[in-house]
Amino acid sequence: MVEHIHSDGEEPAVTLDAFLSQSNATAVRLEPDEDARALIPHLDRLALIEVAFPKFRDGRGYSSARILREAGYAGELRAQGDVLVDQIAYMKRCGFDTFAPEKALNPADVEAALARWPEHYQGAADGAVPIWKLRHG
Amino acid sequence: MYKYDEYDHAMVDARVAEFSDQVRRRLAGEITEDQFKPLRLMNGLYLQLHAYMLRVAVPYGTLDSRQMRMLAHIARKYDRDYGHFTTRQNIQYNWIKLEDAPAILEDLASVEMHAIQTSGNCIRNISSDQWAGAAADEITDPRPWAELLRQWSSFHPEFSYLPRKFKIAVIAADEDRAAMRLHDIGIQIVEKDGQHGAAFYVGGGMGRTPMIAPLIKDFVPLDDMLSYAEACLRVYNRYGRRDNIYKARIKILIHELGADEYRRQVEEEFKHVKSLGIDPPKAEFDRIAAQFAPPPLDASAPDAIDRSDPDFAVWVDQNVAAHKAPGHAIVNISLKPIGGIPGDASSAQIDLMADLAEKYSHDELRVTHAQNIVLPHVRKADLYAVWQALDAAGLATPNLDLISDIIACPGLDYCSLANARSIPVAQKIATRFSDLGRQKELGELKLKISGCINACGHHHAGHIGILGVDRKGTENYQLSLGGSGAEDVSLGTITGPGFDEDGVVDAIERVTDKYLAERTEGERFVDTFRRVGMAPFKEAIYG
Amino acid sequence: MKLLTGNDLKTGFVTWWTGADWSLHIEDAADVGEAGEAILAAEEGARRVNAPYIINGEQTADGPRPAHIKDRIRALGPTVRPDLTLKPADPAAGDWVI
Ligand code: HEM
Ligand code: SF4
Repeated sequence: MVEHIHSDGEEPAVTLDAFLSQSNATAVRLEPDEDARALIPHLDRLALIEVAFPKFRDGRGYSSARILREAGYAGELRAQGDVLVDQIAYMKRCGFDTFAPEKALNPADVEAALARWPEHYQGAADGAVPIWKLRHG
Repeated sequence: MYKYDEYDHAMVDARVAEFSDQVRRRLAGEITEDQFKPLRLMNGLYLQLHAYMLRVAVPYGTLDSRQMRMLAHIARKYDRDYGHFTTRQNIQYNWIKLEDAPAILEDLASVEMHAIQTSGNCIRNISSDQWAGAAADEITDPRPWAELLRQWSSFHPEFSYLPRKFKIAVIAADEDRAAMRLHDIGIQIVEKDGQHGAAFYVGGGMGRTPMIAPLIKDFVPLDDMLSYAEACLRVYNRYGRRDNIYKARIKILIHELGADEYRRQVEEEFKHVKSLGIDPPKAEFDRIAAQFAPPPLDASAPDAIDRSDPDFAVWVDQNVAAHKAPGHAIVNISLKPIGGIPGDASSAQIDLMADLAEKYSHDELRVTHAQNIVLPHVRKADLYAVWQALDAAGLATPNLDLISDIIACPGLDYCSLANARSIPVAQKIATRFSDLGRQKELGELKLKISGCINACGHHHAGHIGILGVDRKGTENYQLSLGGSGAEDVSLGTITGPGFDEDGVVDAIERVTDKYLAERTEGERFVDTFRRVGMAPFKEAIYG
Repeated sequence: MKLLTGNDLKTGFVTWWTGADWSLHIEDAADVGEAGEAILAAEEGARRVNAPYIINGEQTADGPRPAHIKDRIRALGPTVRPDLTLKPADPAAGDWVI
């Protein structure tokens, strides 16, 4: 299920460089220009990957999220930053399961946005069955 | 034609509901213009010079009469009784009210239309050959492939915040009627070992840095097409430039990486993406393709055309093209009356074209990238009746591909990004060359005008191109020669210093005079230019 | 003189700040002097205008005129469709625009 606010008291996410050079961190923060694939050898020990969205128009984080899920990452994948209600349905499809928006979102709007799409045309990282598959059973 | 099923309807209805809610939140002050702008743009709503402008998608340029009538209805009810057909085979309305936008989208949805992804940094409406399904030279109908791509790209969760807009064109003939290689991805359906597949040209475009797309993959089988497209887009989404809006298109990425390195990255990504199972089965393609089955054409339609009316005969020679079926023809309706506004049509004209499509063209119409309309499947025996009806409505100008068949963007009369007006220049040129004998003497001559460097009017691809620039606050026009958006694709070369509005019309006359003096038997303007080069033309223009 | 212009949020129509309100007619526009930024922020915040900006203009016998051709065309309407401008009945209405 999707959580909208992350829990307190968790381990702070370290930068990708710090993570790659220190072996005990279990939470990492990925900036838009950082290669998500650098984390693939370490997914087992990660509990949280926080993907930064400094500006909502910068869509690199969507690819980062899918790449991580496609590589089998099963831990928490959080979208942090300029995360707006109109983006979260797409973010969820790309594999994000938690959201840490800089500006609080109206929970009713969030619920409406996530419930908006009855089905989806294309496969992504959320496990939804694409429409073409529904059509052909 | 593709007919929506319950899923397609549900998707478009959900989008209308979503956008209605977004408009409500904007009007209520819950979101700022900065937040709302990308949302309205993804629904085709711009804020332009005089009002909001709505761009409605016409997927691969294909419409039926019911949809065409809806376009007229919208023009009448919500706009000012006309619409503007664009070089991307869409239609734009110039006087839309924000508060009406949800109702308009609802009306469109009722006829299986929408404005989804007609703007914004996402995959835009997919364009195609306006003669698809009718052209004598196509190897197959490209539209099922385009429809497959349309569905894949609609609400694509990963590719809705790309570095920049993304335009795809699909053709299936060697003759390129869709400027395929001037798109971010141009796909040509080709045949290999008895199978159809997609040749991918990636990284073309116009704008301030025009580029012709290099071939990235010569044959992608149908079963891999969406995975391959996904790989192309993912590499772009991750590595396309985001630091400078003018360098954000995929053409710049490919130019900077080199086509070989881009191809290598795409191939690597493709190997991975292919394992995800995102390509639909052949059955889905077949389901779509069945809906583009050729209409039930009259097999005994006579081939003869009664040419006894000379005006009609002139129009047939210029605006009617060969159909693949005997006894039939493709009718090209020019939206370029001499002195008119290129691409504009009134509600009444739109309705009339819908009526003619219903009666004479198996209920089909097409929008062309040259801002004209096509009736793709007309019996030759009906041509005279079609012509009479068009002529009565001012829609029978016999100038297809001639100098007065001008592509022009809205320019400074409507567009907030413009440097100069495009439409008055088009009107003056068409008026100067209004004599049809003179136009025919000049032969095929593609003249294209953009009001600024964004190149919406394809000026780089014009045999003669005109670009509006701002010279110390006054309108100025640069002339370029030798471009082409067809299979002989090339980019025009600037002649030299610019002109004012009348000056550019005079310069074009000197250019065409020079062509007539220099040409050899059978040479089009662009052929002569390519043979003799710029120097003689420059001499003719500037002395 | 400095003029303040933008579009009406709901209709999208071009509007001009009159000193107290917004008008479709450039003739009603007021010189905002140095106050433009403050008015702009307040009016946009109150959603009485969308995408407002400040331009240079000059006062003439016929009223204020924007300095730049783009805003002159905004003030009138498309030069190629006099029937759609604010003064469709007056063939000379657009003479000052170009
Ligand atoms: C009036 C509102 C319009 C606006 C604000 C607008 C904006 C733009 C911009 C900013 C670009 C450059 C994109 C880039 O180079 O990255 C562009 C390109 C383009 N636009 Fe428009 N445009 C408008 C109308 C039109 C119309 C009416 C047409 C068709 C007649 C059109 C078709 C195109 C095409 C074909 C391109 C070139 C694509 C390319 O660069 O590859 N646009 N437009
Ligand atoms: S080329 Fe420039 S002036 Fe013309 S429509 Fe495009 S953005 Fe506007």
